[in-house]
Amino acid sequence: MMARRSIEPLVWILFSVGGVVAAMFVPVLLFLFGFAYPLGWLASPSHAHLVAVVGHPLVRVLLFFLCTLCLLHAAHRFRYTLYDGLQLQHLQELILLVSYGGAFVGSVAAGVLLWQFG
Amino acid sequence: MVDRITVEVARYRPEKEAEPSFQAYEVPCRKDWVILDGLNHIKDHLDGTLSYRWSCRMGVCGSCGMTVNGEPKLTCATFLADYAPGPLRVEPLRNFPIIRDVIVDIDDFMQKLSAVKPWLIRDAEKPLAEGEYRQTPAQLDEYKQFSMCINCMLCYSACPVYGLDPEFIGPAAIALAQRYNLDSRDQGARQRDEVLSKHEGIWSCTFVGECTKVCPKHVDPAGAIQRYKLSSAMGSVKDFLMPWRGK
Repeated sequence: MMARRSIEPLVWILFSVGGVVAAMFVPVLLFLFGFAYPLGWLASPSHAHLVAVVGHPLVRVLLFFLCTLCLLHAAHRFRYTLYDGLQLQHLQELILLVSYGGAFVGSVAAGVLLWQFG
Repeated sequence: MVDRITVEVARYRPEKEAEPSFQAYEVPCRKDWVILDGLNHIKDHLDGTLSYRWSCRMGVCGSCGMTVNGEPKLTCATFLADYAPGPLRVEPLRNFPIIRDVIVDIDDFMQKLSAVKPWLIRDAEKPLAEGEYRQTPAQLDEYKQFSMCINCMLCYSACPVYGLDPEFIGPAAIALAQRYNLDSRDQGARQRDEVLSKHEGIWSCTFVGECTKVCPKHVDPAGAIQRYKLSSAMGSVKDFLMPWRGK
C-alpha cells in the first residue's frame, strides 16, 4: 500500500488546475471586458445579450468554478510566499486561515452573486 | 585581453579560525583556463594549503561544484575569462555545512540519494539464459535526460526550499528516482513512492525552478518533480476513488 494519506496531493491538484484555468481563461476575459469592448476594438455585445448568456445555468456553473479555482490557486501561492518568501512558517495556522479561508469566502461570495443573478 | 585576474577564495580552517574569510590570489587569465585551472595554479604555485574537491576536469564526476560570484557552478566548466577583469569570488556550495575552505559536507545528500534507491529494482531477476533486458530507443528516451545527473549538488545549493528545510529530499534525488521509475526495466516505483510522496518528498517543492536553471547537464530536476507530483496526485485520486486498489 502506498504512503498516501495526506491532503497535499488534493491541494496541489486544485492549485494546479487553478493555475491552468487562471492562465488560459482570465487573460481572455480581461482582454475582452477590460480593453477590447470598452475601447471599441471589437463590437460590444448588447447588455441584454450578456445578461442572457450569464443567465444560463451552465455559464454560471462555469463562472463559479473559474472564480473558485483561481482563488484556490492564489491562496496556495500566497501561503507559500508568506511561508518561504517572508519566512513566516511559525504563523502557519493564521496563514492557512487567511489564505484558504479567504479563498473560501471569495468562492461563497461568487456563488451567492451568481445564484442571485438568475 | 586581461592577462591576470584576482580570485578571492573563501578560506576556512576550523583549527585556526572561527569564521570563514576571503583570501585573494592573482592568477593568469588565459582564455582556455577554467576556474578549476586557476585553483590548481594557486595550489601548485601560490598556496599549497588551499583545499577543494576535483577529479575529472571534464564535467563528468560532479566534484568541483562551488559558488562563483554567488552562483553555483561547476568550476571545470566555467571559464575564468568570462569573469574578466575580475575580481571573482569562489565560495563553497551554499546550503551545506563547510568542512574546510571550499569543501562541504555531502553526507546529507548521500543519505537522501540512497533513500530513493537509485538502481534497477526487479521483483525477480529473469534467468541468465533468457538474455538481456532489451529496450527500444523510445523507452530509453523516457528516462535518458534524468540519467545525465552527475550528483554535483548544484541544484541543492540553488534550491531555496532545501536551504529553508533541510528535510526536503531535494531536486537531484527526485530526478534520479524518476530516472529509474521511468526505466522500462525497473519495477521499484512503489518502493520509491514511499519516500517521494511524503511531505519531505515532492510536496515540499514550491516549483521555484532554480534547480533546472543551474543544472550543468540539463537534467531539468524541476520538470521531474512536477511530473512526479502529477502522477502521485493521480495515484492519490485513484486510491481515494478505488480504495481496494493496490491492497
